[in-house]
Amino acid sequence: MDLYLQVLAGGVLNGVVYALIAIGLTIIFGVMRLVNFAHGEMVVIGMYIGYWCFELIGISPLAAMPVAALALFALGYVLQLTVVNAFISRPHHVQFILFISFALVITGLHMMLFGPTPRGIFSMASFETFDIGPLRLDMTRVQAAAGAIVLMALLFVFLRFTTTGQAIRAAADSRIGAEVIGIRINRVFAITAGIGMACAGAAGALVAPMFDTHPFLAPEFTLLAFIVVIIGGLGSIPGAIAGGILIGIVEALAAVMINPSMKSMFSYALLVLVLLVRPAGLFGAAGGRR
Amino acid sequence: MTTKHEWDISRRRLLQAAGAAALSAPFIGRPVWAQGKPVKIGVILPTSGVLAAPGQASLRGVELGAKLLSEKAGMPVEFVYADTESVPENGRVAAERLIQDGCTLLIGAWDTGATISAAQAAEQAKVPILVNIASAPQITEQGFTQLFRNFPPATTLVYNAVARIKDLFAHTGVQPKTAVLLHVNDTFGKGVTGGINALWDKLDVPIEIVDQISYDLRARDLSVEVAKAKATGADLLMPVTRVNDAILIVREMVRQNYNPMGIIGPGSPGPYEKAFTDATGKYGDQYMVSVPWYDPTRDLTKQTIASFNKEYPNERFELNVGFSYEAVEIAVDALSRAQSGEPAAIHDALKTTDLKDHVMYGGPIVFNEKGQNPNIGGVMLQNQDSEPLVIGPQEIAVAEPIFPMTPFQDR
Amino acid sequence: MTRTLPLAASAAALLVFGFAPLALSPYWLSLLTIIFFYVCVGQAWNLMMGYTGILSLGNSLFLGLGGYVTAVLASRYGVVPWIGLPLGALVGAAMGVVIAWLGFRFSVRGVYFALLTIAFAEFFRLLFDNWDYVGGAGGVFLPSLGPDESILLHLRGSGLLFYYAFLVLAAAVTAISALLVNGRHGFFWRAIREDEEAARALGVRARSMKILVVAISGAMTAVAGGLFGLMNGSLFPDSMLGMGMSIEIIIAPIIGGLGTLVGPIVGAFFVVPVTEIANDVGQHVGIFGLNTFVYGVMVFLVIVFLPEGIWPRLRRLATRRQRPDETDGGSDA
Repeated sequence: MDLYLQVLAGGVLNGVVYALIAIGLTIIFGVMRLVNFAHGEMVVIGMYIGYWCFELIGISPLAAMPVAALALFALGYVLQLTVVNAFISRPHHVQFILFISFALVITGLHMMLFGPTPRGIFSMASFETFDIGPLRLDMTRVQAAAGAIVLMALLFVFLRFTTTGQAIRAAADSRIGAEVIGIRINRVFAITAGIGMACAGAAGALVAPMFDTHPFLAPEFTLLAFIVVIIGGLGSIPGAIAGGILIGIVEALAAVMINPSMKSMFSYALLVLVLLVRPAGLFGAAGGRR
Repeated sequence: MTTKHEWDISRRRLLQAAGAAALSAPFIGRPVWAQGKPVKIGVILPTSGVLAAPGQASLRGVELGAKLLSEKAGMPVEFVYADTESVPENGRVAAERLIQDGCTLLIGAWDTGATISAAQAAEQAKVPILVNIASAPQITEQGFTQLFRNFPPATTLVYNAVARIKDLFAHTGVQPKTAVLLHVNDTFGKGVTGGINALWDKLDVPIEIVDQISYDLRARDLSVEVAKAKATGADLLMPVTRVNDAILIVREMVRQNYNPMGIIGPGSPGPYEKAFTDATGKYGDQYMVSVPWYDPTRDLTKQTIASFNKEYPNERFELNVGFSYEAVEIAVDALSRAQSGEPAAIHDALKTTDLKDHVMYGGPIVFNEKGQNPNIGGVMLQNQDSEPLVIGPQEIAVAEPIFPMTPFQDR
Repeated sequence: MTRTLPLAASAAALLVFGFAPLALSPYWLSLLTIIFFYVCVGQAWNLMMGYTGILSLGNSLFLGLGGYVTAVLASRYGVVPWIGLPLGALVGAAMGVVIAWLGFRFSVRGVYFALLTIAFAEFFRLLFDNWDYVGGAGGVFLPSLGPDESILLHLRGSGLLFYYAFLVLAAAVTAISALLVNGRHGFFWRAIREDEEAARALGVRARSMKILVVAISGAMTAVAGGLFGLMNGSLFPDSMLGMGMSIEIIIAPIIGGLGTLVGPIVGAFFVVPVTEIANDVGQHVGIFGLNTFVYGVMVFLVIVFLPEGIWPRLRRLATRRQRPDETDGGSDA
């Protein structure tokens, strides 16, 4: 029983980390209907920032989170204004190839700059745990979960109470309507892309101590993020959290009960089911857009 | 890290690739080697893509060999490099490109898929291919006549690992009863566990394997796997890993306060790599792994490692480097005896290889009728103060084993 | 465009490539072989996306299934590929029917359908990784031929054999695609691509036409996968069924030009040499990762400056020269 409790707790914590990785993707899709297939690469950039902040200045991943977020915001903003905006109304496969080209360029740059060797952060925090009753939770995941919660709160406040946030929500609801009432859509999209990628970067900095950073981690993160946001409901931030936690728990239970090397199969099976039966996501509003 | 290559050849090839004069390339059925020209050795490795880390380590070994050993060939030698980008089907293309460039001996290709596809091209062109690293037993069972492998197949890895494990128990007088196998589910992990399942009872190892837990190569989190292993209560943890997962396993063990009698990888990469010792520090110490390794007692090896450390101060001379360096030793030795750059002459010389003085631990390098070197030894390594040290067999040990291991919280 | 010009061009191309081995070294033949392979899988994908508007990002599933059916039958039971390849095509088609029926039955469209195909492909990759009958993650190794066994019967042999095999397959796939898209099916598929509701209103049985195109695409890709496995000599779930392969499959037809028969061919003849050149540049400068970077930049430049692909642009330039008045871009030469 203790094993199951422990595994469930671990699954929930992992799930929050997964949600953190996925939030950026859901924002970009929710507003612009863009499938960012380079999302994982953005996370890896954040991981490298987290790693180098630790290596060079010795600041913890939590402290590196704003640095990574700012850097990735700038990248997302500039990319959106210079290139991606022109692709907003293009067919999906063209957008897909555009993002694949981003992914290739970023992966190549990572290889050229930092080499292929996995870079781990060696700090005692990577090994620390604390106990709550019979449960043992590890520090890095709790930190990441805390970071994720802070990030989501900030996002919520921003989207709800600022003019720009309202403009973003308006653009998500109806692009044409937003343009009619005088919202400068290209700038709104650039800010949205910046925010989405800042989330990816922040997530990267937070998970750097968990997954040792190397250039080829990205596709895993991209696929994971897709599973999480589809199951939670595309475009829904609470949905991403719920989807992440659900996947975390499903993988943990599958690993305990069946076979660890098959645990991801259950995520994909769940994804297929959700796509077929409830494409709006388990937690999204009913009648999701197709 | 720039390597000298012949720009003119590549430029010509680039032009051809761009479509100019593509049809003017003469038909080359057999590789040409002109008297008085340097002998070209083609090196096929995954220096980009997912396997780039071990691929580049192997490249360092070949480059060091090229630097230190080239004059021993008794004729001018030139190394030409090709990158498979970690894609199996590129093995064939890379091999054919090198052969077209006039290479009359190939070294490669690190991973099993690329090795088999390169060997098919080498077989067709009748150019010998020297396998530096690739452990699938099937490679030497495909009937290739041009293939020579100086790396143990997975079954030999396991056989040697069992011998070292028995040595360890005899030497320390500690006898665990049970073990749990925790392995990555990829080509290599499958090969080693297959070997274990085939040999464990035959070699009557006095340890019962109570559970086998496999996990995906891309596992993002191994907490459940480690918890499962811990729950078996086995005396030994036997991980078969790559480097990233070895790091994840150690972190999880510390967090879960899982202190078995020992951690012994029965033929597995990971813990001897620099990335591992950098990331795990003191917690990565006392992790043992049984692998083919360099012989730290030989003068030749000591000098080679000293040169390596001068050349690559931030890298470690490990298994990938060592076997790739040794591939150059074998190639140069064959060339010096063949005194010709003709592939057939090199092939004959490789067939009669009998190299006693080489860097890796084991008997003289010879190749049997299948092209396999059967004399490769295996050592037991243990990380001590973040350095992988040989603790067995006794004849070449440089450190005493620490077994049972110190619990993590007492370090 | 007249009907005779494409036929004449195809015949000339077949003639040139048929005799190419007389003038080319094995390396060039290998590159051409890989180009033909991408022509096969690109044409198959183009039928779905270019002509019918169905986006699949999981076509490696069909490739892997075809490869595995052929290879497992050959290595376990000694079944010759002449039986294995058609069986692989059947399995590929069946899988196509299953995915398409599920997807369209529950009206999963656009990006969602693409994600469905990814989910299926990844599911099967993991399944094959853990399924010992097909070698699991250890892969399948094809037995080498004894000296008295027929190369043609077992399709295991030199690069030359695979050169001709893929040349014939690429020609066959292109010819079948041409017949389909210039016939009734093509008309219906294009109608569905442009406006599915309107097509339905006009009496096109949209769902079965869509299932049909996925099945055909799956069968073609599976045959190419079978040959591909035979050529490599070993198969692993990662390299056959992985996401990386799905992406490789679609880059060439998109860059070449979707919804045209020449596009996937042009794309393959562009992408394979570009990767090779990028690899070469990386090797000679001695910077690892430069190849990936250069390839990414090339793809980026094409998609930004030729968003509809290379071939449509070339064709427009050619027709402009012939006739100053604008031609419609609807002919599918």
